[in-house]
Amino acid sequence: MYLDTASSEPLHPAAREAFLAALDRGYADPRRLHASARDARLILDNAREAVAEALGVRRDEVSFTSSGTDAVHRGLLGLTRPGAEVAHAAVEHSAVLHALAWRDAPARQLRVDRQGRVDLSDLGATEVVALQHANHEVGTIQPVAEVRDRTVFMDACASMGRLPLPEGWSVAAGSAHKWGGPAGVGVLLVRKGSPWRNPFPADDRVDERVSGFEDVPAVLAAAAALQAVVAERDEVNARQHALVDRIRAAVAQIPDTEVVGDPVDRLPHLVTCSFLYVDGEAIVDALNRRGFEVASGSACTASTLEPSHVLAAMGALTHGNIRVSLTRGATEADVDAFCAAVPEVVAELRRDAGL
Amino acid sequence: MTETDLELDCRGLLCPRPVIELAKRIGEVAIGGTVAVAATDAAAAYDIPAWCRLREQEYVGAEPADDGVPRYLVRRVS
Repeated sequence: MYLDTASSEPLHPAAREAFLAALDRGYADPRRLHASARDARLILDNAREAVAEALGVRRDEVSFTSSGTDAVHRGLLGLTRPGAEVAHAAVEHSAVLHALAWRDAPARQLRVDRQGRVDLSDLGATEVVALQHANHEVGTIQPVAEVRDRTVFMDACASMGRLPLPEGWSVAAGSAHKWGGPAGVGVLLVRKGSPWRNPFPADDRVDERVSGFEDVPAVLAAAAALQAVVAERDEVNARQHALVDRIRAAVAQIPDTEVVGDPVDRLPHLVTCSFLYVDGEAIVDALNRRGFEVASGSACTASTLEPSHVLAAMGALTHGNIRVSLTRGATEADVDAFCAAVPEVVAELRRDAGL
Repeated sequence: MTETDLELDCRGLLCPRPVIELAKRIGEVAIGGTVAVAATDAAAAYDIPAWCRLREQEYVGAEPADDGVPRYLVRRVS
């Protein structure tokens, strides 16, 4: 059972259909003037229109990048002035942190509370704030609309399509494979009138904000998936929210367990929890052997052997951590099977540890 | 270095071993006594305070041991 959609959502059926239909038509260079090129250009324009409509933005505010990470890097770096300090929540995605570390300028890290929600009281004189819409590990929704008199870059990779975009941002980034589109497509939104400038070398493409030859079929598939996800989200979100509540309640019954993140004001499809005395790699392996595929923010599961900076910033337990994120089709029976397995696995691992 | 009632050398142990050692052995000191956990594992800096919160013990703080390895101090309160 796949429980890692926060890492990557399986391809939405609408994306598959659009992708296959566009594969044979979207190969030409959309800048050329011949019939095949016009066909590719038409598909690209349709995709842009569909994404704009699904997200409630203008068509000329939508750019397609080669990944969510590329959208984050372009979006954030394009708002910053050389040498100027940028503020960011301590729990931003590593794509944001790496982009800021790459600059030759100070970054002001904003504290978060125990739920992972950012404290906006310490912005100082900083002009630009990088703030995620919702946290990718613990699901907590950030108060983007409450940032006053600053230019906001919003990483919406974890939420785009699933939740309506909030107000208050100038530039935002999304990632298609997080909503059921293909990998290799990101969305960069630049609000009209925003001070954004392309931070990277220009490229003579259809869209001057991005570089590289457009993957027209993939972009259309991403747009089709986004439209479908937005159309379905009222029903899907309510169902997923209730299923996650069920998981939260079940794991909270296990002794010495910490369920992390805001219980209500959160992404609908994911929950993170940590089990005291349990090895993160061991619990992921043990659950996988029983057929449950989950992610972990524990140090032993990371290539760096560093624990999740999100959990660390929240003061949460970092070991014995799992992140569970549901597919669109997850059922109560699926969740109940998972909830039955977790206490057994945790008890086994604690027994092995001599506790 | 702060004097303690029990010294746990968890150098080289990966998470969650330092926390497990602390949990297993804190009972060896009297209530009000302190335990020092010297740990090289990066997660200990977060997980020892988190353990204290979850198990309702007092996290006193961290200081470097003579070899520079962080030493986390915990007071047994129950």
